[in-house]
Amino acid sequence: MKYVDEFRDPARAEALLRRIRAHATRPVRLMEFCGTHTHAIFRHGLRQLLPPQVTMLSGPGCPVCVTSAADLDRAIALSRIPGVTIATFGDMMRVPGSQGSLQEAKAAGADVRVVYSSLDALDLARKQPDRTVVLLGVGFETTAPTVAAAIVQAAAEGLGNLRLLSLHKLTPPATHAILRSGEVALDGILAPGHVSAIIGAQAWQFVARDYALPCTVTGFEPLDILAGIADLVEQHEAGRAELHNAYPRGVRPQGNPAALELMGRVFAPAPASWRGLGTLPGSGLALREEYRAFDAAPLLAAHGVGTAEAREPAGCRCGDVLRGALAPNRCPLFRRVCTPERPVGPCMVSSEGSCAAYYRYGGDA
Amino acid sequence: MCLAVPALVVSIDGNEGEVEMAGVRRRVGLQLVPEARVGDYVLVHTGFAINVLDPSEAAESLKLFRELDELNAQDGTSS
Repeated sequence: MKYVDEFRDPARAEALLRRIRAHATRPVRLMEFCGTHTHAIFRHGLRQLLPPQVTMLSGPGCPVCVTSAADLDRAIALSRIPGVTIATFGDMMRVPGSQGSLQEAKAAGADVRVVYSSLDALDLARKQPDRTVVLLGVGFETTAPTVAAAIVQAAAEGLGNLRLLSLHKLTPPATHAILRSGEVALDGILAPGHVSAIIGAQAWQFVARDYALPCTVTGFEPLDILAGIADLVEQHEAGRAELHNAYPRGVRPQGNPAALELMGRVFAPAPASWRGLGTLPGSGLALREEYRAFDAAPLLAAHGVGTAEAREPAGCRCGDVLRGALAPNRCPLFRRVCTPERPVGPCMVSSEGSCAAYYRYGGDA
Repeated sequence: MCLAVPALVVSIDGNEGEVEMAGVRRRVGLQLVPEARVGDYVLVHTGFAINVLDPSEAAESLKLFRELDELNAQDGTSS
C-alpha cells in the first residue's frame, strides 16, 4: 500500500539502525509520548534491534489509560440513567472504574454501544429519537476535531437527543507536566505524529526551548520511527536540543487549520484530570457556551445520579507507568495477576496501553 | 487511539467522500480536509480524513533514506 510499504523497507531500516548504533556512544533515554508509537515499536520488533545504550520509555499517550477513575465512574453512572444509550469507542468497554466497567454495566442491562466514529453516534441518535445518546468523547487532539465535526453536524440538524461527555485531553500540557517534574531523566522526546498532524510540529517547540531537550515529531511506520530515534540520538550525541519533523508528509509546521478551527469553535481548554498526573490546567476540552446544550454532564445532576469517591484498582501502578516512572514489567501485578484477559488497570486493557504492549510482545527482558 | 491509515480519495460528495484503503472502500467525513481532491491520499482516523498526505515530502523522505548508505560510508559507520 502506498505510503506504507515503502516506509517498511528492511534495507533502509538497517541503514538507519547503523546510524543509531554509530551515534549512540553513551546511554540515551528517550520517551515516546504516544501509545500508538509504543505499539508500533513493539509490533515491528524495533526494541530488540536498538543498541543497549538506547532506552525507550513509554509516556502517557494512551487516552483510555489516562482517563481517571472518577471520569470513568461518571460515564458508567450515565449508562444507568433510564433512556440513555452510551456510544463509546471500543477500548473504553473493559476499563475498570471504581465499581465495574462499561462492559459490566452493559451486562447488567445498560444500553452501551461500541462505535467506530463519532458519526455513528449521530446515526444512533437519529434512529432512536426517544432515547438520549451520550457519546463518550475520549481521545487527544487527533480525535477531538472529529468529535467537534460531529457536534457541529448535530447542531446543524437540530439533533436534540445527542450529548457529549468530553473527556478529551491535550498532549502538550501532559508533556510539560512530566518534564517539569523531573521525576524521569530524559534525553529526548519522540513527539506524536497524528496529534501533530492536527496541532502542527511547532506546538512542540517548548520541549527544546524550555527543557533544552531534542524533540522529533515522527510517524508510525518502522522507517519513520527509526528516523525519529536516529535524529534524537544524533542530536543528543552532538549536544543539540532542537525541534525536528521526521514526518513531513503528514505533519505541517502549523498543523491542520481546518481541524484547529473546528476544535476551537466547539471546545475551549479546561482543566482535566489525568490518571498518574492529577488535574492539569488547560489540558482538557469543554464544550463552548454555544454548544453547551450537548453537554452530558448536567444529566447526572438532573437525574440525581451521583458517583461515590473514586477508587483506583488495588495495587495497580498504571499511574507510575504512564509517567514513565515504572516499566510495566516491574509492576508486581504484571503477568502474575494482571493480564489482558483479566486486566487490573487500564494500561493492560487498552490496545494502546504500554502494559498490554509489554505483555503481548514479550517485553519482559 | 491515534491510529490513522493512509487512504486514496476516490470520490467527494460535499462533506463526505469515499476512500480506498488496502482494497476496501469506505465513506469518511471530509470536514477537516476541505483542500482534499480526488486522487489525494489522506490519513483516516475514526471515520474522518484528518490530513492530506504531501507526496513531495514523502518522496523527499524516501530520497534521504536512500542516501543513508552514502552518508554512513562518509561517517565511517557503514559496517
